[in-house]
Amino acid sequence: MAVNRTGLAVETSGLVKTFGKTRAVDGLDLAVPAGTVYGLLGPNGAGKTTAVRMLATLLRPDGGEARVFGHDLRTEADAVRTRVSLTGQYASVDEDLTGTENLILLSRLLGYRKPAARERAAQLLAAFGLTDAADRQVKKYSGGMRRRIDIAASILNTPDLLFLDEPTTGLDPRSRNQVWEIIRAVVAQGTTVLLTTQYLDEADQLAGRIAVIDEGKVIAEGTPGQLKSSIGAGTVHLRLRDAAQRPEAERILAKVLDTTVQQEADPVALTARVGGSGAAVDAAAAGSRALAELAGAGIVVDEFSLGQPSLDEVFLALTDKAARNEEKA
Amino acid sequence: MSTTTVAPDTTAYTPSAETIAAVLAPGEKPRRPGPVSASLTFGWRAMLKIKHVPEQLFDVTMFPIIMTLMFTYLFGGALAGSPREYLQYLLPGIMVTSVVMITMYTGVGLNTDIEKGVFDRFRTLAVWRPAALVGMILGDVLRYVLAAVVIVGVGLVLGFRPGGGVMGVLAGIGLLVVFSFAFSWIWTWLGLILRSEKSVMGVSMLVLFPLTFLSNVFVEPLTMPGWLQAFVDVNPITHLVAAVRSVMAGAPDAGAITWVLVASAVCTAVFGALTMHRYNRK
Ligand SMILES: Nc1ncnc2c1ncn2[C@@H]1O[C@H](COP(=O)(O)OP(=O)(O)OP(=O)(O)O)[C@@H](O)[C@H]1O
Ligand SMILES: [Mg+2]
Repeated sequence: MAVNRTGLAVETSGLVKTFGKTRAVDGLDLAVPAGTVYGLLGPNGAGKTTAVRMLATLLRPDGGEARVFGHDLRTEADAVRTRVSLTGQYASVDEDLTGTENLILLSRLLGYRKPAARERAAQLLAAFGLTDAADRQVKKYSGGMRRRIDIAASILNTPDLLFLDEPTTGLDPRSRNQVWEIIRAVVAQGTTVLLTTQYLDEADQLAGRIAVIDEGKVIAEGTPGQLKSSIGAGTVHLRLRDAAQRPEAERILAKVLDTTVQQEADPVALTARVGGSGAAVDAAAAGSRALAELAGAGIVVDEFSLGQPSLDEVFLALTDKAARNEEKA
Repeated sequence: MSTTTVAPDTTAYTPSAETIAAVLAPGEKPRRPGPVSASLTFGWRAMLKIKHVPEQLFDVTMFPIIMTLMFTYLFGGALAGSPREYLQYLLPGIMVTSVVMITMYTGVGLNTDIEKGVFDRFRTLAVWRPAALVGMILGDVLRYVLAAVVIVGVGLVLGFRPGGGVMGVLAGIGLLVVFSFAFSWIWTWLGLILRSEKSVMGVSMLVLFPLTFLSNVFVEPLTMPGWLQAFVDVNPITHLVAAVRSVMAGAPDAGAITWVLVASAVCTAVFGALTMHRYNRK
C-alpha cells in the first residue's frame, strides 16, 4: 500500500463548509493514520456527512486545507478519486438495476473489460453473500443486503481509503454484525477506513482512534480508552435484592462516592460515576468502601460491577461541556 | 405503482475474511476507460433502465401517435383541402415537434436521478466527468429515434409519401436526432439548477410551447403578421423543420442543414459547459 511521507491517509486543518448561514463544518482538524479504522462520532447535524463528502471530492471546501494521501483535495481531486471510495449514508447504487448489473457497470467504469467485469461482479457478490440475489433489482433487497451491495460496490476498485457514512444505521443486530465483520476484513487488508457513526459502541468496537465532532468541530480526539478515562475513573453499577432499599442505598453511595447517583429504569439498579474529570481517584478503593458501607447498613447487593465509563457517558459529558463553554463565551 | 415486496434475507451470511481479502488483493488495476468508452457504459445503464422500467417508453410512442392523428385530422381539411394532402406538409414538422417535446424528459429525469445516491458514486469515479450525462443523453437518443420511427410509420399508414425515399427519411431523422442531442443539454442544465421535477416541467413547457407552435410546423409563415414572422424566422425549430422537410422531400436545403448543424454544435458547447459547471459543484 502506498503511503505518503507522513503516514497519514487524511490530513485536514481548519476545514470549513458553509451552506448559506449554516456552518456545517467549521474548522475541522483531522489526522487519520493510514491502515486503521478511524471513527467520526457525532450527533445528527454534527457535520459528519458534509466532512466525508468533502474528503471524497463531492463537495468543495469553503476554507482550510485538506490532503488525502498527500494529494491536495482542491487541486488534485482526480488523483484522490483513484485512491478512495465512498459508501454514502443513503443508497449509492442504482436501485432499478440488479446487483450484478450494478457491479458490472461500475467495473466497466473502472476500466475492466466485459468478461473481467462480469467475473469481478460475480466474485464480489459471492464474497458478500449476494449470489442468490444477483439478478434481483436492488430495490427489492432487504436493508442488510443493500448495505452489503453498497460496500461491495465501494471496494470494487480496491481503494486505499474507504469512507463509510453511518454504515449500520437502521440495520438489525445480525446485519450490523455482518457489516462489522466486513469492515474488519477490509482493514486487515491494509485499507484505511474512515467511519462515521452515531453509535458509540460501534466506534468503540471498530475504531483505533475516534474524533468526537459537534457543530462542525472536533471536541475530543483519541483512542476509545483515552476518551473514556478523560471524563472519569469509572462507573459503578449495582443491583439490589430488594427494591425498597434503593433510596437508602442511593443516599449511602452518594455520600461515599461524593457524586450523583442515577436510578435506572430497572427498580433494583443504580449507577454512579466515580471521580470527576481528570481527578486521580482510585475507583476500586472507592468502590470497596461503598460496598462495606452498604453491607453495614444491612443492604443486600446481588450484583456489583466497576467499569470504565461507556462512550455514551463520554459523549454526553463532552457535549455538555461544549454547550456550557459556549454559554460562557 | 405496485408495491414492491422485499424478499427476506434468507441466506445466513457470515462474512469470510479470506474471500474479502481475495477481492481486495492488490492485483493489476485496469487502465481507466476513455471518454467514449465511459459514455457508452453510461448509455448501457440507460438501456438497462428501459429494460427494467419499460413503461417509460409509453410517452415516446403514444404521445407522437396522438399528435400525428390529432393534427392531421384537425387541420387537414381546412388547411390543405384533405388530411392526406396536409400530411405531406405536416409530417416532418409534427415529427420534429414531438421529438423536441420529448427531449424535456431528459431534464426531468436528471433532476430526479441526481438526487439519488448513485450519482455520488459516479462523481467519485476517476472517469471523464461528462460521461455520466453524455451516456444518459445517448440513452434518450434511442427514445428520440423510436419516437421518430413511430411517427414516420403512422404517417406512411395514413398516406405520407416522402419524395426523398428511404435515404431522405433516414437523413431527416438523423438531423433531428443530432439537434435533439444538442438541445437536451439545455434540459440537463435546467434539471441541475431547478429545485424540483415540477419546476423543470413547468419551465420546459414555457420554452417548448412557443418554440414549437410559433414556427412553420403547422402552416406556412407567409400568412402570419409581420412581428410573428420575425419570431418564426429566428426560431431554431423553423430552421430544423425546413431542413428535415427538405431532405425528406428529396430536395436538400443546404442553408437550413448547415444552420441546424452549426446551431447544434454551439448549443452543445454552451449548454454542455454550463451543465458541467453545475454538475461539478452540485
Ligand atoms: N446541502 C445542504 N444544504 C443546506 N444545509 C445543509 C446541506 N447539507 C447539510 N446541511 C446542514 O449542515 C449541517 C450538517 O449536516 P450533516 O449532514 O453533515 O450532518 P451529519 O453529522 O451527517 O448528521 P446525520 O447524523 O443526521 O447524518 C446540518 O445542519 C444540515 O442541516
Ligand atoms: Mg450524515
